[in-house]
Formats: sequence, structure tokens, C-alpha cells
Amino acid sequence: MQTLVTILVLAPLVAAIIAGLFGRRIGNVASQAVTTGALILSCALGWYTFSQWTWGHMEAFTVNLLPFIHVGSFVSNWSVRIDALSSVMLIVVTTVSALVHIYSWGYMAEDDSKPRFFAYLSLFTFAMLALVTAADFMQLFFGWEGVGLASYLLIGFWFKKSTASAAAIKAFVVNRVGDFGFALGIMTTYWAFGSIQFHEIFPQIAAGAARTWQFAGHTFPLVDIACFLLFIGAMGKSAQFFLHTWLPDAMEGPTPVSALIHAATMVTAGVYMLCLLSPMFEYAPVAKNIVTVIGAITALFAATVGLTQNDIKRVIAYSTCSQLGYMFFAAGVGAYQAAMFHLFTHAFFKALLFLGAGSVIHGMHHEQDMRKYGALAKLLPVTFIAMTIGTIAITGLGLPPLHLGFAGFYSKDTIIEAAYAAGTHNGIAMFAWVIGVLVAGLTSFYSWRLAFFTFNGKARWGHDDHHAHDAHGHDAHAHAETHDEPLPDAHDDHGHGHDHKPHESPFVMLFPLIVLSIGAIFAGIVFTDFFVGHHQQEFWRGAIFNAPTNHVLHEAHEVKEWVKWSPLIASILGLAIAVWVYLIKGNERLGAALAARNGPLYVFFYNKWFFDELYQATFVRAAKFLGDLFWKGGDQKLIDGLGPDGVSAVSYEVGRRTGKLQSGYLYHYAFVMLLGVAGLLTFALYAFR
Amino acid sequence: MTGLLSLTTFAPLVGVVLLLGARALHGDNARTDTLAKWIALATTLVTFALSVVLVAQFDAKNPGFQFVEDFSWFAGLHYRMGVDGISILFVLLTTFLLPICIIAGWKSVDKRVVEYLICFLVLETLVVGVFCALDLILFYLFFEGGLVPMFLIIGIWGGKRRVYAAYKFFLYTLLGSVLMLAAILSMIAIAHTSSIPALMTFKFAPWLQTWLWLAFFASFAVKMPMWPVHTWLPDAHVEAPTAGSVILAGILLKMGGYGFLRFSLPMFPNASELFQPLVFAMSAIAIVYTSLVAFRQTDIKKLIAYSSVAHMGFVTMGIFSGNAQGEQGAIFQMLSHGLISGALFLCVGVVYDRMHTREIAFYGGLTNRMPWYAAVFMLFTMGNVGLPGTSGFVGEILTMTGTYKASTWTALVATTGVILSAVYALNLYRRVMFGEIVNPELKTITDLDKREILIFAPLIIGTLVLGVYPNLVFNLTASSVDGLVGAWRAAVGG
Repeated sequence: MQTLVTILVLAPLVAAIIAGLFGRRIGNVASQAVTTGALILSCALGWYTFSQWTWGHMEAFTVNLLPFIHVGSFVSNWSVRIDALSSVMLIVVTTVSALVHIYSWGYMAEDDSKPRFFAYLSLFTFAMLALVTAADFMQLFFGWEGVGLASYLLIGFWFKKSTASAAAIKAFVVNRVGDFGFALGIMTTYWAFGSIQFHEIFPQIAAGAARTWQFAGHTFPLVDIACFLLFIGAMGKSAQFFLHTWLPDAMEGPTPVSALIHAATMVTAGVYMLCLLSPMFEYAPVAKNIVTVIGAITALFAATVGLTQNDIKRVIAYSTCSQLGYMFFAAGVGAYQAAMFHLFTHAFFKALLFLGAGSVIHGMHHEQDMRKYGALAKLLPVTFIAMTIGTIAITGLGLPPLHLGFAGFYSKDTIIEAAYAAGTHNGIAMFAWVIGVLVAGLTSFYSWRLAFFTFNGKARWGHDDHHAHDAHGHDAHAHAETHDEPLPDAHDDHGHGHDHKPHESPFVMLFPLIVLSIGAIFAGIVFTDFFVGHHQQEFWRGAIFNAPTNHVLHEAHEVKEWVKWSPLIASILGLAIAVWVYLIKGNERLGAALAARNGPLYVFFYNKWFFDELYQATFVRAAKFLGDLFWKGGDQKLIDGLGPDGVSAVSYEVGRRTGKLQSGYLYHYAFVMLLGVAGLLTFALYAFR
Repeated sequence: MTGLLSLTTFAPLVGVVLLLGARALHGDNARTDTLAKWIALATTLVTFALSVVLVAQFDAKNPGFQFVEDFSWFAGLHYRMGVDGISILFVLLTTFLLPICIIAGWKSVDKRVVEYLICFLVLETLVVGVFCALDLILFYLFFEGGLVPMFLIIGIWGGKRRVYAAYKFFLYTLLGSVLMLAAILSMIAIAHTSSIPALMTFKFAPWLQTWLWLAFFASFAVKMPMWPVHTWLPDAHVEAPTAGSVILAGILLKMGGYGFLRFSLPMFPNASELFQPLVFAMSAIAIVYTSLVAFRQTDIKKLIAYSSVAHMGFVTMGIFSGNAQGEQGAIFQMLSHGLISGALFLCVGVVYDRMHTREIAFYGGLTNRMPWYAAVFMLFTMGNVGLPGTSGFVGEILTMTGTYKASTWTALVATTGVILSAVYALNLYRRVMFGEIVNPELKTITDLDKREILIFAPLIIGTLVLGVYPNLVFNLTASSVDGLVGAWRAAVGG
């Protein structure tokens, strides 16, 4: 078993190196085969490990491969940690990654740097696996930044596009802001508990829960501070409110990347970290409340923005951001199991939606603006069915009395019920519950809007589409800059000259959609008992810690009937409105008319609450201003002016005159220097002795 | 084996003799130049091999000095040499980088080739001597002597404003040197010995420590360089030839850090504790200030030079943190910076050799024509940013951790450096490498040739191996660092 999990983690790395270094020599097909083959192998091993964990009698274990950093008690090893949490993540990561590799054979068929693309994908997978199997903070941080690197490389994959490379930098830098907190959190934890190994830190927490920490003349509860700092890292990686701005821009990357990294796996790393660190967070009530609030606000914020976007990928990106908010407030109220469950189901239906969107974009010749879609259901039948399944799954449709529904129904409802249960004794959790129900409605509306906009209604493509565009032409009226880049020419327009009739994607792209559809339907009903139901304790076996006073998961199952119905009702309401606006004949112009009215709320949502403008006006400008100030004012005027250039006119004179000196004089000068040093030294020595 | 250390130190001088002989025999012509390059390369490779033997025979469990040589010289002066776990590492770094420097200048240097090579070989002897000297006087001779070849390398083979840069370099370092000399002389007068091991256990009176510490600090702070005495470095780098920049960033800057570890901390422990806040403040300012300045640069080399100053900020704060994590991190950071910034200057050299400009705005879209160069430059950019998996990460996280214990405020400010480094380094990469090629002059630019791949290969391997398995270094330094930290704690009662 130890060898198998080691192979599981390392196979993608080996494949990435082969494709990356020798891709040109061995050719496209070989590079794709090596990376995809490695991922299929990892995926098989991942499911084997998971089944051994769930149905076999495997115990948690850690393989130590190599020492990493050993300085005093600061000890880190390269290792593979297998327990319930990592087993779940292993199948999520390897399954989605393997499917995305397969899908990319079709999606990237006409790209001219395929080996590079597949090498990056595999490299990402390796970093993600290193992250989820880490047994200490250093390897966790390695994986954490490693996936950040892969994300940076893949967002900027089409490096010729200026918007792509800008988005790549933005992603890296905003993540670094999160990592700033993460690193400080690691240091705080290390000096508090004398170790960076999880298995050494966790047993000490309960005893250390009352410890305090002095900083800047104040006293803080130690565990709270550590957890808060670590949470800042999670906020960056999982695009939570304040640090979310990079995620929508990350859609500049190829769509398979969005599905793998920016929906199913990397962005959920923050949630994973919170669950992994549940032994710490359970003793950090303040930090937990902060997590709840940030999570709830993110869920609301992203949903409101998602209502108004027209780029199909951006809608799904905001949807991801919003769903991550759910996972965070689930963890915040103590229902880590529910957070992990939603992470698990979300991976299936969100990857499905993204790959479905990719299939639409592929069929529409790289058009991403939904205003130019419409009536695609008949032309892209498989994609249509798959995306409809994904939409049902994300909107959480199901039958509460029978406890029957698609994946999202189980996980999202558990979260909302848990928030209500926790809300009975914590006002902040109740705040999260209210938002959770509200956002369920919003999610339903924007998800169905996307589906109807794309697949139903009138075809808005093929003919001269200027009229359609004008009808929605609020861009021209919007008061603020919209930041919507011109969409055509997003990348090489395929170069193939057939007519621009939308077409269904090849089987290699549809196969992943079918597999993910099965997941989106059944992941909930099959696994609900293990993740959050009767078997949850046997399933997690201590990988997630609940404080003795934390019964939220149990209470979540006991909430009143109307609480159980509320998210479903909100969801159906959202669906009804979407049907009314986008499906009923005669209402075609309703949505556009609403947008064109340009109400303040609409402008606010459409412009993503003006976060980009705010950060541009504050942080970016301040950095530029200070950089110039320090450089021209500090270094040149002050330091050089008072120092070498201006000791007096003399040195200036020297500087000026020496400009004319022949370099031959330098030898003399150097020789004098040497003589001077030696002479002074000997003289002084004799004087002293 | 006695004598091995001196052999390693002075082996490059044999090369100098051969070079002079070759010129005497063949005259000053192109054939001599080619021969001279091969002689210099062979010399540096042999020296590197000798230092590898040194490391192989080194007993890592022994915290004291090894390979000690002690001869009476004249007038009571002693020739004392020896290395411990800290200094042997810097010897290795020096001899490792020198062959790379020789190959780096293979094509781009075409005037006074023999003198150029002599400068590098002499510099190697002097720098290795600095790290091996166990006698104050000897140390001072090597330390100051090292200035001369560097001064010449900048002043003769440098760019347009080379003379200004050389004098600025000289003025700054002279200021520190004079004060350090005064301190050395008074130490000898008081302790009646110039032996470094003896002085490390000699207890100077606290008030005296204060003055001696400041005098040494003046010299080492300029060398590092620390804010605000850093402004010579960007000019020196911009004007220096590529190989000169590699030596300057890779090795000469480390003499300052080494000085703190060898002198300030063990000999003046109380003063080191007293001035800890000063060093922390200067380090934290350096990290934020120079990172922001780097962000605004328009010259590639200047940007990297400023980023060097920021990285040295991590080193100084780590050294004065007074715990094993900080010290080990600082030593590791110096080593790693030697590889990464050396490689980054070589990356600049690659495009400078082709286009003869370092203006960022001139470039753009190079990835289209130079995929291998793009990969190499990306790797070292990530090393500069401190990405885990590269050696750049290990030093940063350890110095921050060590400093956190001593001063949380400093660590807090310093940690913003991880954000700022990403800002300037990735923006540089984007502006030079990404996008379409717009400048018509770049349409024919060629990718790395075999010689260039050869010089990058050892640096790539070093950066990655040390990034994944930094214990290679810690195994070597652990006992010496523990001794250093233990002695410091005992002295200040911490």
C-alpha cells in the first residue's frame, strides 16, 4: 500500500517532467499519452485507496520518503499521509484531473503547444496531491504554492494575450497575499507548539486552548490568532471575499484548466485546510466566527455578481466562488464533514458545468458571450443533457420527504441545516443560514439563466448579431468601466474554415461529461451516509475533529421540517423566475430591459462591487507611488545626494573628472589602494607591538 | 590533510602564472586569448575539485575549525587558516561559481582577455582566503585585497558609466574598511592576539564591544549591502560585465554576512544583542523599500540588483535572530542567493549579449523565439520569488521563522516581502517574455546555445536539489551553528 500511494503521488510528476523536457522530441501524441496515462494510473490507485479506506479495513498511515527541512525542532519530511481526508481528496483530484486530461485531447487539439499544456496539467496534479497528502506544514505549503505556480502558468498559457498574462500575475500575487497570512500562521503555530508536524501539534491544542499571545501591547488568544492567520491563506487560495478578485480573471486560461483548477480542486484547498486543521479551529471560536462571516458574505457577493455576467465562464466562476462560500461557513459553524461533502459533490457538478461550457465554447468557435448563444439544445444534445444535469445538481433540486435528489441537494442542504442548527445558539451562524437560503435562490436563478440563455430561446448566432447586441447594449451606457475584454480573437480562431454553425464536440470531450454526469447524479445519494450521515464517525475515523461540545452535525438532522424545505423553496423560486424571464415567449427582452435600465444595484453587481477599481486605486497606486518615492527621492536625492555624490563638491568633482580618465589609470589607482592598505597595516602593527 | 586548505586557496594563482607564461610565449593575440580561457577554466575546475575533496574529508560532527594551518610569519604575524561548517560552505560556493563565470565571459569579453582572467583568478584566491583565514590580519588583507580585482573588473570591462560605478563602489567600501581596520588594531592591542579562534572566546568589555561592533558593522553593512548604504550596488551591477555581476552578487556580498557570523556575533555578543533592534529595523526597511524600488525599475539588471538588497535583508535579520532557525536560514539564504541571483544575472547576460541593451521596454514576447530561455528564466524567477521546491524558499521561511521568535514585528514586515517579490519579479518576466514580439529587432533573436545551457545546468540542478533536500547543507552546518547559537545564548543569558 505504501508503494502504491507513493506511485500515485509521483506518477504525475514524472509524466510532467517527461512531457515538459522531451515533449518536442517525443511529439504531441506521446506527451499526451504519457501524462494522461499517468493520471489514469493515479486515478485507479486513488479509487483503490479510497475503497480500502471506506469498505476495507485500512488504517491511517504516513509514508516518509525523504527529510525536507530539519533545523532543531523545525522538522519537515517529504511524506504521503493517508487518512479519510486525503483519501477523499485523492479521488476528487485524480478523477477530475484524469477526465480533464482526456477532455483536453479534444479541446486543445488545434493548439500548437500541447506538450507544454499537458506537462503543466500533470505538474499541477502532482502539487495538489503533495498538498493533500502533507503530514506537516512545510509540505502543505509546498503543495499550496506549487498549485499556485501551476495555476499561474496555466492562466497565462496563451502568453501572447496581454489579458492572460495580467490575469496570471494577479492570481499569483493575490494568492501571495493569502500566503503572507499563511506563513505567519505557520510561524505562530510553530513557536506556540514547538513543531510543524500535524500529529505533534494537534494533541497539544486542547491543553493550550487558553494560552495567550502578546503583540503590540495587546493580549490575544493564541489559537484564535494562529487560526485566523492560517485562514487568510485559505481565503487567498479559495478566492474568499477581499481576496477573490483573481478568480474571475483566471478564466483567461483554457477551459479545461478552469474546470480542474479553478472549480474542482485547487480552489477547494482552503476548505480542505480548514477541515484538516479542525483540531485547531475547534478551539478558536473567534476565528471560526470570522470564517463563517467571510464565507457567508462570499456566497452572497459572488451570487449577486453572477446574476449579471454575460460571459459563460465568468458566471460559472462566480458560481464557484459562491459555493466555496458555502463550504467555508459550513466549516465555520463546525460542520467540517458537510464542508468536505460539498467539496466532494461540487467537484463533480462544477467540473461538469465547466467542461460543458467548454464544449459549448468549442462548438461556438470560441465565443464565450452568452448573448450570442441560444437554441443550442438540439445542436449540442449531449452537452445540453449533461449541463442540465449539472444545473439540477448545483441548484439542489430534490425531494426532502424521500431524501432523494441530485448531488448538490444532499451536501448543500446539509450545510444550510447545519447553519440553522448552529444558529440556535450563535447569531453569526444564523446570519449564515439566512444568506445560505437566499443564495440558494440566487444560485438557482443564475444557473438556470445560463442554461436557458445557452440552450433555449431564439438562436442569436449565425446571422448579423448586432441587433441582439444592441438590445443588451448596456455596456455603452454603463457608468463604470466594465472590464469586459473584447471577446472575439480570444485565441487563434481555430483556423479551420468551415461554416460557423455550432457543432457537438467529439466523443473524447463528451466522455468526461458523461462520467461527471453520473457523479453529479449519484455522488450525493451514495456517499451521504458516509460523509455526514449515520456512518460518518466510522468513515472519518478521527481525521476530522469535533470538540466535545460540537453536535452541530447531529442537530442538523433534527431541524424542523420547514427548515429542511426552505432551500428547496428558494431554489424553485429562482427557477420559476428564470423560466419566466428567459423561457416564456414574449418575455425575451425582459432580461435585457432590466439590464438596460442600469439601476444602481445592477451597475454595482455588474461591476463586481467595484473591487478591482478599489484595489487599483489603493494598493496598486500606493505601490507605484512609494516605489518611485523611495527610488528617486530616497536613493537618488537623499542617500546618494548626501552620501557618495555629495560628501562635498569634491566627490562630485571626482565622479565627473574620473569619467574622462583612461582606464589605464585604474591600474595605478588599484595598485595605490593595495599599497596603502598594506602600508597602513604594517605601520599600525609596529606601532602597537 | 594539512596544506589542502592553502592549496585550494592559492591554486588559482598557479593559473595566473600559467596565464602570464602563455602570454610571454605566444604574445598578445587571439590564439593566446583562447588558450588563456582554457587555462583559466582548467584552473577553476581544479580548484573546485580540491574544495570538493575538502568537503568530503570534512567532519560535520565537529563544530570547531578543521584543516587548521598555523605558521609564524614575520614580526609576530601568523598565517592561520582553517574552516568550520559555515565557512566551508562559502568556499564551496566560491569555487563552484568561478568556472561558471569564466565560461560566461567566453565570448562577450574581447579586450584584455588575459588581464580579465587574471582578475578573476586573483579574486578567487582572495575570496577563498577571506573564508579560510583564522587570523585577523590575514583576514583583513584578503578582505580588502578582494576589492581591488572587483574594482578593476567593473572599471575596465564595465559599461558606459563604469568609472563612476567603480569609484562609488570604492568610496563606500573604503569608508567601512577604515573603521574596521581601526577596530582590528585595537582588538589586537587589547587581546594581544590576532588569532580568530582565540578572539572568539575572548571576552571584551561590553562598552568596548559596542564600539568594535559598530566599526565592524560599518564595513559589513556596506558589503551586504544593508539599507541605507546599498546605493553602490545597483550602479556596480549595471556597469559590471555579466561575470562580474555573478561574482559580486554570488560571493562578494556574502563576505558581509560571513563577517557578521564570524566576528560580530561570537566576539561581540552583548553588542549584538544591544544592536539587534537596529539590525532588525534596517533589514525590515530594506526588504520593503528595495522591493518597491525594484518594482519601478526600467533596467533589468538594476531590478535584479535591488531585489538582491531585499534578499540580503532576510539574511541580516536571520543572523541577528539568535536562534538556530534564523542562523541556518541566513546561511542557506546566502548560498541560495548566490545560485539564484547569479543565474538571474546570467539570464540578463544572455539577452544583453544579443541585443546590447538592458532596457525592459526594448524587450517583450521573447518566449515566442526562446522557449528554453523562457523555461530557465522562469525557474530562477520562481527561485527569486521564493517558491517552495526551489532553494529560495528554504532560506526565506527559516529566517522569517527565526526572526518571528526574536521580534514578531520585524517578521510581520519582512513577510510582506513574499508579496512584493512576486510583484516585481513576475512583472519583469511578463514584460520581457510574454506577449507578441513587437520590436522588429527581436524577430531574429536566437535561443540558448550549448555553452549557455552548460552554464545554467549546474545552477538549475543546485537550485532544485537544495530546494528539495536542503538538509545537504544543514548536515554540514548544524554543529557549527549550534555552537555559535549556544555561545551567543550563554553570553547574553538568553
